Amino acid sequence: MLLIAPSIVFMTLLFGWPMVSGILQAFGGPEGLTTANFTRMGQDPYFWSSVGNTLLLIVVMIPIQFVLALAMALLIRAKPRGSSVYFYIWAIPLAVSDLAAGLVWLTVFTDRGYLNSVLASVGLEPVSWLAYDNYASMFMAVLIAEVWRATSLVFVIVVAGLQSIPKDYEEAAGVFGAGFWDRLWHVTLPLLRPSLQTALILRTILAFQTFAVALALTGQNFPLVVGETYRWYTGLQDANVASALALVVMAVSMVTAVGYLKLLKDQSEAPR
Amino acid sequence: MADISIKGLKKTYPGSTELATNNVSLDVAEGEFMVLLGPSGCGKTTLLRMVAGLDFPDEGSISIGGRDVTYLPPQDRNLSMVFQSYAVFPHRKVRTNIAFGLVMKKVPRDELEKKVAWAADLLQLTPYLDRYPAQLSGGQRQRVAVARAIVMDADVLLMDEPLSNLDALLRLDFRAELKKIVQQLGSTTLYVTHDQVEAMSLSDRVAVMKKGQIAQLGHPITVYEEPADRFVGGFIGSPPMNFLEGRVTQQGALEVAGQSTKAPEFLAHSAARSGGLPVMVGIRAENIYLEDRGTPGTLDATVEVVEPLGHATLLTVDLGGQTIKVQVASTVRVSPGEKVGLRFDQSAIRFFDTETQLGLTA
Repeated sequence: MLLIAPSIVFMTLLFGWPMVSGILQAFGGPEGLTTANFTRMGQDPYFWSSVGNTLLLIVVMIPIQFVLALAMALLIRAKPRGSSVYFYIWAIPLAVSDLAAGLVWLTVFTDRGYLNSVLASVGLEPVSWLAYDNYASMFMAVLIAEVWRATSLVFVIVVAGLQSIPKDYEEAAGVFGAGFWDRLWHVTLPLLRPSLQTALILRTILAFQTFAVALALTGQNFPLVVGETYRWYTGLQDANVASALALVVMAVSMVTAVGYLKLLKDQSEAPR
Repeated sequence: MADISIKGLKKTYPGSTELATNNVSLDVAEGEFMVLLGPSGCGKTTLLRMVAGLDFPDEGSISIGGRDVTYLPPQDRNLSMVFQSYAVFPHRKVRTNIAFGLVMKKVPRDELEKKVAWAADLLQLTPYLDRYPAQLSGGQRQRVAVARAIVMDADVLLMDEPLSNLDALLRLDFRAELKKIVQQLGSTTLYVTHDQVEAMSLSDRVAVMKKGQIAQLGHPITVYEEPADRFVGGFIGSPPMNFLEGRVTQQGALEVAGQSTKAPEFLAHSAARSGGLPVMVGIRAENIYLEDRGTPGTLDATVEVVEPLGHATLLTVDLGGQTIKVQVASTVRVSPGEKVGLRFDQSAIRFFDTETQLGLTA
């Protein structure tokens, strides 16, 4: 007890206390505890569109990222010439901050950006990719930027997972008649399950928090939930509603993580 | 069932200058149990992996049942294999592990179930069919690996040190069981081991490998009794064959440790022509008999260490400065320091060239 006391103190100070005060703030009002903050949050015209945008982004982005990351990891493992160089190149976005990534892609998608320059140079009409009334292209821009930025996290986790699988299993599958897709489906993916689970939880929680990329690319035109938190806190100066939003994001993240754990439970480790 | 024909296989692993297999040729007849035996790093596993299609040779060819498979991937070779690490899939139950190859071959369901039941019964795995490998002991996992291999009815059964991860008692049991199963199946089997007892007890023929080459190929008893070179004699047998420096004189006498006996005819001839011939004398511990010091035809020696083994007693004996092992019946009473006479079984003595280390025969 004495030995873990310092960590308990730190956890309480740096984690427990802010969380409790955040929860209190979310339910706080001038006349004591209230749910008015949540009502205000729900009535805001941006709220439901931000929820819709966030969910759409997650549903479209995560499968793309996992397929890409898995393909990249399998390519690395096949050890083509220069595979270690590819590894570092593919891992670079991991080190780029999301705001910087957003700004980089802004230079591509903005009205006088690289993409339109290319279009103009081949004689095509430039497009306002990030315009308010062009929802599909705006979504695609945010999606591409986020896929570029955050796939490397999944990639690194999958590479680590692949490295921990002994080659014997795949060799055995090959000897017993399994081709590439059979090996992938019946052997590699099931053995990769713990890594995929970790990556999925991490990636989904982080995707709920997607913010800076969309802000840099579209400003308020493509609202996301955490972006709304930011707007309530800094723009509208209402810390209570901002806390309520943050609480919603936390609750959804927790439910998702538990859901993944349950859904992807590994039965082979069950007790005898 | 099919025969395996290996011709002139050469393989160098990337980053190594040494040949892992150096021009190996080997024919395994249909239904034969062939053991590849050798110390670690001799290329036996490399050879097996090339037959399996897990590695590809730089040169040479492999054909199975007359079909050239040299560069085919493993899934197109119609073989099955037992891995040293077992490689039993941890995420599949015993039942689906055994059925894996059959599912890949798209065998009809009722036939598949019949075969799994048959293999599980043969390997006493029936009570464990619905367990995961993590819930099994090492010996049971090993059985799953064997069951998965034998349900395949493959042309060729490959085994890579399948017993090396079992404890001594289990290994002894399973060795006999494995022999029985393979005999029942009658499949062409290529079996890799570094354990000479396994090789002797299981094989129809054994190929002893050394530095990427086959040092000797033959019936296990032949290899044991007539090793082709000093390496084979020293590798097979426990204790290994004794080697003594000796010399055949021009007069036809064999001098060992400063004492002389009669040399065999063929050596005496060549010694007479060349004016004396240095030889390496090889003799197994069980072919040396203990007699009283001074008995005619014996060599004077001194016992240094006595090791009772239960079924026999192993003596370490000093013979004119050279140390040899002698195995005597456990009833023989002898103590360290005792001066004794040694009689060599003349028919069991082997001679080796001192330079090439190769066996000398008539």
